[in-house]
Amino acid sequence: MSSDLIIARDLARYFPLGGGLFTKPTAWVKAVDGVSFSVRKGESFGVVGESGCGKTTLGQMIVRLLEPTAGQVLFKGDDITHLNRRELSPFRQKIQIIFQDPYSSLDPRMTVTSIITEPLLAHGKPTKAHRRQVAADLMKKVGLRPDDQKKFPHEFSGGQRQRIGIARALCVRPELIVADEPVSALDVSIQAQVINLLGDLRDEFGLSYIFISHDISVVEHICDRIAVMYLGGIVEVAPTELFISDQRHPYSATLLAAVPRPDPNHRIQPAAMEGDVPSPIDPPPGCPFHPRCEHAFDRCRNEKPKLINVTDEHAVACFLNDGQGGVK
Amino acid sequence: MRRYLIKNITILILLLFIISLTVFAILFVLPGDPAQIILGINATPETLANLRAELGLDQPFWVQYGHWIGGLLTGHGSRSINYDMPVYDLIVSRLAVTGPLALMAIVFAVIISIPLGIYAAQHQNRPGDLIVMGFTQLGLATPEFWLGILLILIFAVKWRLFSAGGFPGWDVSFGGSLKALLLPAFALGVIRASIITRLTRSSMLEVLREDYIRTARAKGLKERTVVYVHGLKNALIPVLTILGLQLGQLLAGAIIIENVYYLPGLGRLVFQAIGQRDLPVVREIVVFMAAAVIIVNFFVDFTYAFIDPRFRKR
Repeated sequence: MSSDLIIARDLARYFPLGGGLFTKPTAWVKAVDGVSFSVRKGESFGVVGESGCGKTTLGQMIVRLLEPTAGQVLFKGDDITHLNRRELSPFRQKIQIIFQDPYSSLDPRMTVTSIITEPLLAHGKPTKAHRRQVAADLMKKVGLRPDDQKKFPHEFSGGQRQRIGIARALCVRPELIVADEPVSALDVSIQAQVINLLGDLRDEFGLSYIFISHDISVVEHICDRIAVMYLGGIVEVAPTELFISDQRHPYSATLLAAVPRPDPNHRIQPAAMEGDVPSPIDPPPGCPFHPRCEHAFDRCRNEKPKLINVTDEHAVACFLNDGQGGVK
Repeated sequence: MRRYLIKNITILILLLFIISLTVFAILFVLPGDPAQIILGINATPETLANLRAELGLDQPFWVQYGHWIGGLLTGHGSRSINYDMPVYDLIVSRLAVTGPLALMAIVFAVIISIPLGIYAAQHQNRPGDLIVMGFTQLGLATPEFWLGILLILIFAVKWRLFSAGGFPGWDVSFGGSLKALLLPAFALGVIRASIITRLTRSSMLEVLREDYIRTARAKGLKERTVVYVHGLKNALIPVLTILGLQLGQLLAGAIIIENVYYLPGLGRLVFQAIGQRDLPVVREIVVFMAAAVIIVNFFVDFTYAFIDPRFRKR
């Protein structure tokens, strides 16, 4: 417990649909519905899932860009769920986020130095020289030329811009970085560079990551543990190696089967799963995955499975094999 | 930056040339003989011909145009038929009223509209926003002369805080002149503030949804810094454009409001000149108005560079 850096307890976020000034919302989108997990110090925790499964909403709740509808976020044992802006300030320093789109997430009107060191302003009054120094150091760390300090975001390529975003996140020496699809907007060749950079920085600064991605091969490369999300909930959590060798949830198995392997003898199996993610406005009764699951039986259609530990490290939310999951 | 400047100044000069040519040409082909207007219908053909020669009206188009434009550039333009004084001096003296009036109106508009627009954007679709938007709708629908008369009724007739009209002149009473411009400037400003409020709101709404605003929040910045430094400065460009256009229009004379308040401004001058067929005055004021709009816009373009670094490197 003491080594847990951040704990999420039953986090949920509902978005209202319809409704105006005088009318009540007609429905709620349950983007995230009861998610619990913890991340240890120095650990990289991966969150994977399809588009719309609530990964980004989850990430933004962790850094408190979104207010959770229910549940708690604990940072080193402190409940930060309901802190106001001023109380939150010291935690903002400890928890930073890297965004998906390096093109739109940088203020076009600011120089790189300003962008990278602006967080310092929020937590003190740095001198200009100090800001320049910090920016130059960080730019070197993330593989940018410190000479480019005075340039503006539009003068950089996508990969470089993402490096600026990473430098910005590092500026206040955070302990946890939420990386929300940090490489999905980049070319594949650049993706590897940025992922390796993130790995190096983790070792150098002793960072922990919550790494959000739809790309399981990216996550398995950098993460110690992997959580699979489906329709606003976690369906399986396991250490990476165990997850690769012994995934228990049918959905995890399908995700993994869809990853191309650089092995000429490996044939991709025909898609084992059909249809789209059901609408989170009107989720199916029972297990949210049952309409697409080839192993579904009666219980799956009526009752929602809970995330149950199979071993100490491995948890799954599936009724197969008496709650042990497993499709092999 | 230098290339940007040179390019824009070239365009500016070209535009001014085209405008002067167009205005001159229109009034050149217009029926009506200035010599006849000056001398009256009883003039003999001989005296008419003499006056025409004196005024240079018998010369070909390009010579007349060159003469006129040369006069404008050296500050010795044509003379007003009615006032019998150089139009140039007339415009300058009237501008001493219209210029401050326009500036004050813009100041009023900015003071009212920018904070309201930001407030409305931050409270989108909540009661405060709806109230602000309701008032701007009202402002858009209100004719400025009506608002002018209403202000006179309240502040001049009922409360006797201001005079109902007239202008003492800057050298007679500075404070009195300023006071005389306050109500008309407010009437002009409030109407324009309606448009600017709406524009600021929609522009802010767009910017506040940008990813870099989310980034700014994630940095842990104060909400004020997020809204003003990252939000407002990025949202200001369309607002500046419209403000520039409005300032240009206001300089071109707030004809109606100057008439309501009996202000000796450009608007009233051109209004009277049209009525009295004082063509040199009309011609030169039209050129001046067009030039004012273009030059103000030139400076607006220029201020973009200060707000947005991306313009600077062009």
